[in-house]
Amino acid sequence: MRPKLNILSDQSVEQIIAEGFELLMNPGVRVHNDEALKLLADAGAQVDFETQIAHIPESIAWRALETRPSEFYLYNLDGERVVHYGGDSVQFDPGSAAINVLDSETQEQRQPLTADFVKFVKLVETIPQLDAQSTAMICVDVPEEIGDLYRLYLALNFMRKPIITGAFRKDTWWTMKDMLVAMVGSEAALAEKPIAVFDVCPSPPLLWSDLTCQNMIDSARHGIPSELVSMPLAGATSPVTLAAAVVQHTAECLSGVTICQLAQEGAPIVWGGSPAAFDMREGTTPMGAVGTWMIDCAYTQVGKALGMPTHAYLGMTDAKIVDAQCGLESSGGALMAALAGVNMVSGAGMMDFESCQSYEKLVIDAEIIGMAKRLIGGIEARDNPIALGLMQKLGHRADYLAQPHTLKWFDKELYLPSAVIDRGSLDSWKRKGAKTAWERAQDRVDELLATYQPSPISDDLRAELREIATSAANKFGMDELPPLPLE
Amino acid sequence: MSGELLNKITLSIVEGRPDEAVDLTRQALADGLEPLTIIDEGLTAGMNIVGDKFQTGEYYLPHLIIAASGMQQAMELLEPELKARQQAAESAGVVVIGSVAGDIHEIGKSLVGTMMSASGFQVYDLGVDVSTEAFVAKVKETGADILGLSALLTTTMTVQRQVVRELEEAGIRDQVKVMIGGAPISQEWAETIAADGYAEDAVGAVELAKQMVA
Repeated sequence: MRPKLNILSDQSVEQIIAEGFELLMNPGVRVHNDEALKLLADAGAQVDFETQIAHIPESIAWRALETRPSEFYLYNLDGERVVHYGGDSVQFDPGSAAINVLDSETQEQRQPLTADFVKFVKLVETIPQLDAQSTAMICVDVPEEIGDLYRLYLALNFMRKPIITGAFRKDTWWTMKDMLVAMVGSEAALAEKPIAVFDVCPSPPLLWSDLTCQNMIDSARHGIPSELVSMPLAGATSPVTLAAAVVQHTAECLSGVTICQLAQEGAPIVWGGSPAAFDMREGTTPMGAVGTWMIDCAYTQVGKALGMPTHAYLGMTDAKIVDAQCGLESSGGALMAALAGVNMVSGAGMMDFESCQSYEKLVIDAEIIGMAKRLIGGIEARDNPIALGLMQKLGHRADYLAQPHTLKWFDKELYLPSAVIDRGSLDSWKRKGAKTAWERAQDRVDELLATYQPSPISDDLRAELREIATSAANKFGMDELPPLPLE
Repeated sequence: MSGELLNKITLSIVEGRPDEAVDLTRQALADGLEPLTIIDEGLTAGMNIVGDKFQTGEYYLPHLIIAASGMQQAMELLEPELKARQQAAESAGVVVIGSVAGDIHEIGKSLVGTMMSASGFQVYDLGVDVSTEAFVAKVKETGADILGLSALLTTTMTVQRQVVRELEEAGIRDQVKVMIGGAPISQEWAETIAADGYAEDAVGAVELAKQMVA
């Protein structure tokens, strides 16, 4: 049986959904995008174009919930289905858009450069526990205006896994789309077998900015999946009660699904978010807070009740170095997400409030993810009767290590960690250099990177990607992109 | 008697009852207390206690914000009275603050504004997505000592540089100190765009502001 966390009662879920629908009408949703306002008005919403507020009747949102797919797949570059958005599938990808990287030598944060992100993409490729890539770092050796598309450009050169990404501007979305199309051959091929998801983030409370709304509309019209990242901050930009924060999340996501489906019926869209229980001392947005995990699990349950694919930012820490706080916060969030059945859990490697990526944390998180995936594998009978056959045969002999039954089942029943997790004796740990988790993680990063298999894409495709990205760079005063660190 | 009323005002601020702070302030005026006395011995005394309790860890942000709100509402009542007497509350300095064009993030900027006004600064909070022209105009109009620019996105932090340049164009760059903040902002960025300072959080911003006007 698979363990499953339902943090809300059915009755609470119903009430949260009902109140979410009511918020769509009163006070309505702020939509700072004329195209979306027009779509909503044409569909019958009361739209005030002056104040840019749309009052959306329940019926319009319900219709959107009928036309959105309840599941879809992401494909790797070999055309295989590797990520399933829907049901209780649970998959993990790294946290995205870090503005810093934790330097492996100094353990200090610094701004990422091209080589840092390329190393990260390669590392993600080699980590079996990670199901997808993300545009995880913003490199500062290119103009800020192309920071979004440059991440994707780099990742596309080195990845096989699908990627979770997002645009920071309206125009750069098109460049990013062009690169994705180049990867798979045509717009139709991209829609049929998507290799990327675009995150779109409403602003709390109840606001769609022009940029993110347009990204969602453009993605919908190209059949590229969008992932809603609604982020109520309980006690700051949403009510402090966790249930009320989930109501706000529900309304923001309902409005997103509605605008998306009005732009293109049947476009894939994910019920996701990155809420936080606002810290009442520091004024920060802790991702490692238990309140944050609870809001995430609750909105996931709401999304599932509405038949939506789900996403959450979990498994992160607010710690500044890879320490005990880092481990405990990351494990708590990842385990909760797995138990809640979140389809895509974003956050691996991320620390310091979604602002810093770490290679070492990423490989430690891989172990947490391995354990989380094992946990939701649940405890199965395997044999019937469960134990009688074997135990009555062996009687009182403790001879299980020698049994074919053990060989058959041990690597399915037990999660087998890498050397990041130390389970040796004290003597053996000392003999291997008395290494801390950080040092073992450093070793693991090097070990994994050595196994990286180069991307299968052709030189022609590489050149085409470079041309597309370079022409965008030219618009913002950069003649040549930094060279790709190719071996 | 007046001492007791002032104590009650102080307590209403410390215990977070803004409506009561306003009612008691109204009553104090009716009783003939001087506005400056009400401010110094009632409201500000309360804010100082709240500030201390926050520093020691007893109070959290909601305590601080609701106290500042009580203080602000009471001040609205007192300002016309001060004007009529041609007096002014002592101000640590004039601050114009807002999130730059294209940035709709409010919380950090508002927190800084509230903390500053609770620390005796006269704060003009222009809100979010504030045009560069609006910042420059407000600085001119108020003769501000400090301009606070917030940007939460890597895409809007470049606008902070634009504002600094516009201040130069307008010929008022040397009349105002520019402080910047926001998640992607660093001291390095402040130096790059020739801002006068950067603070990590709201408490740091107040300290920086005090240094700037000292």
